[in-house]
Amino acid sequence: MIRTFSFGDFVFLLEAARWTLGLTLIAALGGGLIGLGFALMRISRWRALRAVASLYIQVIQGTPLLILLFLFYFGLDIMGLRLPAIVSAALGLVLYASSFLAEIWRGCLESIPRAQWEAAEALALTSWQRMRHVILPQAVRIAIPPTVGFLVQIVKNTSLTAIIGFVELSRAGQLVNNATFQPFAVFLTVAAIYFAICFPLSEASQRLERKLNVAGR
Amino acid sequence: MSPAVEISNVRKSFGALEVLKGVSLNVGRGELVAIIGRSGSGKSTLLRCINGLERIDFGTIRVGSHTVGRDAAGLRRLRQDVGIVFQSYNLFPHLTVEQNIVLAPNVVKRLSRSESSGIAREVLAQVGLSDKASAYPDQLSGGQQQRVAIARSLAMKPQVMLFDEVTSALDPELTGEVLRVMENLAKTGITMILVTHEMGFARTVADTVVFMHQGKIWESGAAADMFGAPRTAELRQFIGSALK
Repeated sequence: MIRTFSFGDFVFLLEAARWTLGLTLIAALGGGLIGLGFALMRISRWRALRAVASLYIQVIQGTPLLILLFLFYFGLDIMGLRLPAIVSAALGLVLYASSFLAEIWRGCLESIPRAQWEAAEALALTSWQRMRHVILPQAVRIAIPPTVGFLVQIVKNTSLTAIIGFVELSRAGQLVNNATFQPFAVFLTVAAIYFAICFPLSEASQRLERKLNVAGR
Repeated sequence: MSPAVEISNVRKSFGALEVLKGVSLNVGRGELVAIIGRSGSGKSTLLRCINGLERIDFGTIRVGSHTVGRDAAGLRRLRQDVGIVFQSYNLFPHLTVEQNIVLAPNVVKRLSRSESSGIAREVLAQVGLSDKASAYPDQLSGGQQQRVAIARSLAMKPQVMLFDEVTSALDPELTGEVLRVMENLAKTGITMILVTHEMGFARTVADTVVFMHQGKIWESGAAADMFGAPRTAELRQFIGSALK
């Protein structure tokens, strides 16, 4: 029995959008933390650390997110480790995001001239103090646009978790459409909700950039 | 009294290229030594070895009670006593002038904010930039930036100051203001070693002039003798071309 697209369906979509937001948040925080670790490893003076980070980044970046999700959900299940869909989705997204953020941030860190390291070194700062007070603050400013750009990608990529049974925004849209058969109205609404999530992100990025440019240089 | 800096038989190669071929030099306390020579003669490398920015392959360098070694903690102790100013200033662009100056006193020496900002006022007055404390580096001229870089080094109260071609990136008029600051600094009795192309400055302000050629100290002596009566053909030729 086909019904019309109602306010109740809209609320259902909004509720599903919370998962989209939640997964994005998990991917951003987890991926950011791990990604920062790998970015620092990539510029380490120890060859072994650089090699490990490089391998990790290349393997994860070379694997489609969809396959990562499959591996963590169905793959581990066959190996006898049954993870809840939320854990599999979080793992896949965190790994995926970390590999890209690591490379984005490595580039930003390396774009700070050698002379800045040297000047800080000559002032007797430890390598951590150099990173913390001289390199990171300059790198962060450069990192904002590409990082936010990538986060917007993540927002949309969370839709892939539908494949392991996760009802996030896209999957919810599909379900509502199956019941109402009003694809134009339903998917336009879904698109609008995605936009409502991504637009403030881009806006905030630009504002942050301006603020750091004026006050922090 | 033991010398402030004692360099003995230092060798240093970059790959197959040997840039320092057994250099020995003693610098007394309060002495101002100017190192001159062509590009590629090894003078900047020698300077950078003194605070461990370059590692030597052979020989020893002592600065006061420090021996320049390889361990990070030892190098940090050394660098608290040896300041260096670079050709390209290398100020931290995201920090104000005052923040540039107090960074090392705060995080390395762990001074309180009031102590370090007191030092900042003092060193800024010394380089004549008291009114620029809250400016950012890119709001200053090259000469002003270099004076801030000098102040930043002085804030650590070093015993020895190294200057690596600090006026080479500056216009002639800006060069003058930096050289005046260095001249005043020399009067405070701090030990200064500078690599320079400013022959006039080396001649009038330096106690000792060292001429480097092909990775060796070719000739050294009192400034007046070096410029007035060079003993080697290489120095004569260098002075001739430098003063042209």
